[in-house]
Amino acid sequence: MSETGSHNDVPEQNLPSEHGAHGGDVAVPDDPFANPGHPPHEFRRQDIDERAAKHSERVTAGLFGLSMLGTIAFIACFVIFPVDKIVFIFPFGNVSALNFSLGLTLAVALIGIGAGAVHWARTLMSDEEFSDDRHSAGADDALRENVEQQWIQGAKESGFGRRKLIRNTMFGALTLVPLAGVVILRDLGPLPEDKLRHTLWSKGKVLINQNTNKPLRPEDVVVGSLTFAMPEGLEESQEDFQEQIAKAALMIIRIKPEDIKDKRERDWAHQGIVAFSKICTHVGCPISLYEQQTHHVLCPCHQSTFDLADGARVIFGPAGHALPQLRISVNDEGNLVALGDFEEPVGPAFWERG
Amino acid sequence: MSTTTEGSTRRGKKPVGQRAAEWTDPRLGLYKLAKSNLRKIFPDHWSFMLGEICLYSFIILILTGVYLTLFFHPSMNEVVYHGPYAPLQGVRMSEAYASTLHISFEVRGGLLIRQIHHWAALIFIAAMLVHMMRVFFTGGFRKPREINWLFGWTLLFLGMFTGFTGYSLPDDLLSGTGIRFADGAVLATPVVGSYLSFFLFGGEFPGHDIVARFYSIHILLLPGLMAGLLTAHLILVFYHKHTQFPGAGKTEKNVVGMPLLPIYAAKAGGFFFLVFGVIAAIAATVSINPIWTMGPYRPDQVSTGAQPDWYMGFSEGLIRVMPGWEINAWGHTLVLGVFIPLMIFPVVLAAIAVYPFIEAWVTGDKGEHHILDRPRNRPVRTGLGMAWLSLYFVLLIGGGNDLWATHFHLSLNWITWFVRIGFFVVPVLTFLVTKRICLGLQRRDRDKVLHGRETGIIKRLPHGEYIEVHEPLSQEQRHVLTAHVQPEPIDPGPEVDENGVERKINPVSKVRAKLSRGFYGENGQIAKPTVEEYEEITSGHGHH
Amino acid sequence: MKKLSARRRHPLAALVVLLLALAVTGGLYAALAPAPKAQADDSAQSLAIEQGKKLYSVGCASCHGTSGQGSSDGPSLVGVGSAAVDFQVGTGRMPAQQPGAQIPKKKVIYDQAEIDQLAAYIASLGPGPAVPTKDQYSPTGADAGKGGELFRTNCAQCHNFVGKGGALTNGKYAPTLQGVAPKHIYEAMLTGPQSMPSFPDSTMPQDTKADIIAYLKEVDSSTSKNPGGLSLGSIGPVSEGLVAWVFGLGLLLGIATWIAARTTKAKKS
Repeated sequence: MSETGSHNDVPEQNLPSEHGAHGGDVAVPDDPFANPGHPPHEFRRQDIDERAAKHSERVTAGLFGLSMLGTIAFIACFVIFPVDKIVFIFPFGNVSALNFSLGLTLAVALIGIGAGAVHWARTLMSDEEFSDDRHSAGADDALRENVEQQWIQGAKESGFGRRKLIRNTMFGALTLVPLAGVVILRDLGPLPEDKLRHTLWSKGKVLINQNTNKPLRPEDVVVGSLTFAMPEGLEESQEDFQEQIAKAALMIIRIKPEDIKDKRERDWAHQGIVAFSKICTHVGCPISLYEQQTHHVLCPCHQSTFDLADGARVIFGPAGHALPQLRISVNDEGNLVALGDFEEPVGPAFWERG
Repeated sequence: MSTTTEGSTRRGKKPVGQRAAEWTDPRLGLYKLAKSNLRKIFPDHWSFMLGEICLYSFIILILTGVYLTLFFHPSMNEVVYHGPYAPLQGVRMSEAYASTLHISFEVRGGLLIRQIHHWAALIFIAAMLVHMMRVFFTGGFRKPREINWLFGWTLLFLGMFTGFTGYSLPDDLLSGTGIRFADGAVLATPVVGSYLSFFLFGGEFPGHDIVARFYSIHILLLPGLMAGLLTAHLILVFYHKHTQFPGAGKTEKNVVGMPLLPIYAAKAGGFFFLVFGVIAAIAATVSINPIWTMGPYRPDQVSTGAQPDWYMGFSEGLIRVMPGWEINAWGHTLVLGVFIPLMIFPVVLAAIAVYPFIEAWVTGDKGEHHILDRPRNRPVRTGLGMAWLSLYFVLLIGGGNDLWATHFHLSLNWITWFVRIGFFVVPVLTFLVTKRICLGLQRRDRDKVLHGRETGIIKRLPHGEYIEVHEPLSQEQRHVLTAHVQPEPIDPGPEVDENGVERKINPVSKVRAKLSRGFYGENGQIAKPTVEEYEEITSGHGHH
Repeated sequence: MKKLSARRRHPLAALVVLLLALAVTGGLYAALAPAPKAQADDSAQSLAIEQGKKLYSVGCASCHGTSGQGSSDGPSLVGVGSAAVDFQVGTGRMPAQQPGAQIPKKKVIYDQAEIDQLAAYIASLGPGPAVPTKDQYSPTGADAGKGGELFRTNCAQCHNFVGKGGALTNGKYAPTLQGVAPKHIYEAMLTGPQSMPSFPDSTMPQDTKADIIAYLKEVDSSTSKNPGGLSLGSIGPVSEGLVAWVFGLGLLLGIATWIAARTTKAKKS
């Protein structure tokens, strides 16, 4: 702080005489490593120079005053700026005038109080150090004996050790009663049954392009393109849309049939159009970072990488098994359709998955 | 305020504060309580204020959190947005997300409070971690403070989950991805995984319940537990009295510093406002979790750069670098690729929680300690602490591997491999290097005590030799550098008794003795100078 | 309208008015210009192909083959269409400088006329997507809300919520979309450059592409609003955590040091 600048030399006669009986332990003269004891208190300029103290007082009061101004400015900003006012402030960008001004005025109001209090404590309140004795938390022998005696007496009077039947039934009751609390949690949710094994896909369901909400036709899908599809009949406004799309989301790509390395994948495709689950088999992120040159698809969450040209097998990262593939074909209207549900559960693995 | 002013005593009446205190005392025992506490001594050190940062950000979180509950709707009912934020107009979203948009764009000051709340949460947990490491490296966890260490650790642990449940509430695409991960992790639990998942989500993921459930956990259950633990933590700090660093006049039997009233009332009270002010300034100028850019959660949408808040980053790292192991047998699946990281996550944290008890057992230390260790004087502990931090940091890198890749033009796959190997190698290297550095510093302390401080002044002696003048240390400096106790390693006793017959030594005590030698054997510490050594040198020809 | 009236005193307003006037005049001229245009077009087209071929043999043939058939150093360009050329050359990705995981965006070395000539030549090699017209890619009148949903379904997984880009495998990456011209974004969707899959009109119709471009314009952090303050790169919680540690905790530790430091003592002189 400013008052501790170049003027902190004070003539010796201005210093008050030593006071307080400090000292603590006195060094044992022949031990060079002994604790020298508490050093004598030294004075700050403010303690001896009223001018310096006055200065500190003014700084402290100034900080408190600044805080008051901050609060007033806060209220003023709250009233003045509309909530949707955007201003450009370098280097913060096009920020909300209200957020910016309220935050900074609040900061001034708070920092003024804080800095004032700390400055006050540092410069004007006594900085004399004291020493407190410590006492061990533990009891002495007599007290311990006393308490243990009380405990034994209490236990004896209860007959706890003697009347075993009471003791045992009480333990039994206390053990059982929490079960009520556990049982009552049962209706937190339904049982999984086979819900994790089934999706909305079934034989003949048309693949709906998510961009257009129209059926997807094989000629729409070109090599190197990426399209996302959902089953026909699924509407965003449906109550269970989120649960259904969480399992049914599809990723549609087209690979030249001769580039497909996995035979089953080729068989389940339609003229090289393959439909894989969009839900990562690791923990369920919608995986779709499709690199069309290599046919690799990467998960943005944990970087599992699958080779879509090779049965979507895992080639890197923490996923444990390949992405499930949906068998597709074309119906009479020339739209892509599913030939059934996924043959295995989509998404993260679980104990019953098998 | 209960200040005595001349004015109010003039009419022979006691000041109002005093009267209030005297009215309360017979009912609450105020004076007895205040007697030992008003002038309680607290030592002054910057690192002793880390806990205060935690406390104050917790208070800020409660204050701003209560405000947010006034406007937030913890509901997953779907609405179509027609508010002022143009790029979301006409988009279907949950009420939770819509009300968060409302707080951000339509409630005056709402965005500020939201940002203060979120910044305070990040700083809260960062400060808890730093506070914990300060206590760790200085041995502040030793008897009688082990239980308080566990309280503090539990606060950190609960804080992480309070944070997770909190940032999941807006139901935006980023936090929804986090919940999706939580579901995948729960599903990986052997035997009961799918049941737990259905109970947690009230049916199939994502369901309509999770936001409301996280809400009550976030605003009631976890903060309630934390408030209780925090109170206990503070009571114990008061009860034990604060530790202190070695120094003149400071002993195991006293605590040296300034009194609570007025110095700490002003400094700590002022610090609350400073912490709040700094967080307000950050919230005014730096955007945090701009959920409007992320869109509402849909299980079939995702964005790259999907990371959790920083305190969950190390668990994210564990998940990302784990190889995809999966065992399929007898019609069941054991998802090790998810389950192992899920188990390592608490183990990493628990490792540091149980350390005080392990150290006390290994070193056989049963004494009370109120003078803190200088980290260099306990090289093994310091090394282990640094190793733990390095592991944490390596996993943080793993958690952000995609951003490291794009910002440093590296390959994602190489970073993942670095973390996989670094997980095992970096902590060991860090331990060895840290221990080495600590021993080097101990040697330097020893030299300083025996030969004094190097002044940098070169002097030419009459016969032409140049020497550097060494200035002897003050009594206090010598004391500080030699105040630490250097324990002897535990001796399991001789392998053979006096008759030359082999003694049976319990293998556990053998291990313990070996570990103890690691701590306090000749490779574990540099013998501090003895009085004799010091006197022999100083009585001779002085410096160097 | 309110926005317009607020901005009409902007120093650039005059320029905008001038440009608008020019555009209107040009548009009117184009619409009302006399008929013999078609014939002129044909010969202009063949001239452009001729010029493009010359440029091609100097700048591109070493990798893509003398007639665009491709080689070990570069893919075939037959059938990629003029949109691909306009994107690759117009963003400076082509000609490539050095092999690597991915060919980065660089300084553009051809002017637009030369790019058009190159594009005309490549388009003549085989049918492919053509350079979009302004009314195809212009975000005016498009639905940014719908665009946002489409963006999050189709694009955000690689390019991040607001198009800041992200990592792909083995050093490849999805580049940032902020500051990229709408035309180039449109062409990229249409043609799928490098690792990026294509989103042809058959699966992502023109108007939905314009919706996406409109959304990107709304969230471009350099021009759009950022009510909360510094956007920290819009890359999510990692940069936020860094700020909390460095600025948040850093500042607070500094303050703690100040609070606990000893006040300077008076010295005896």
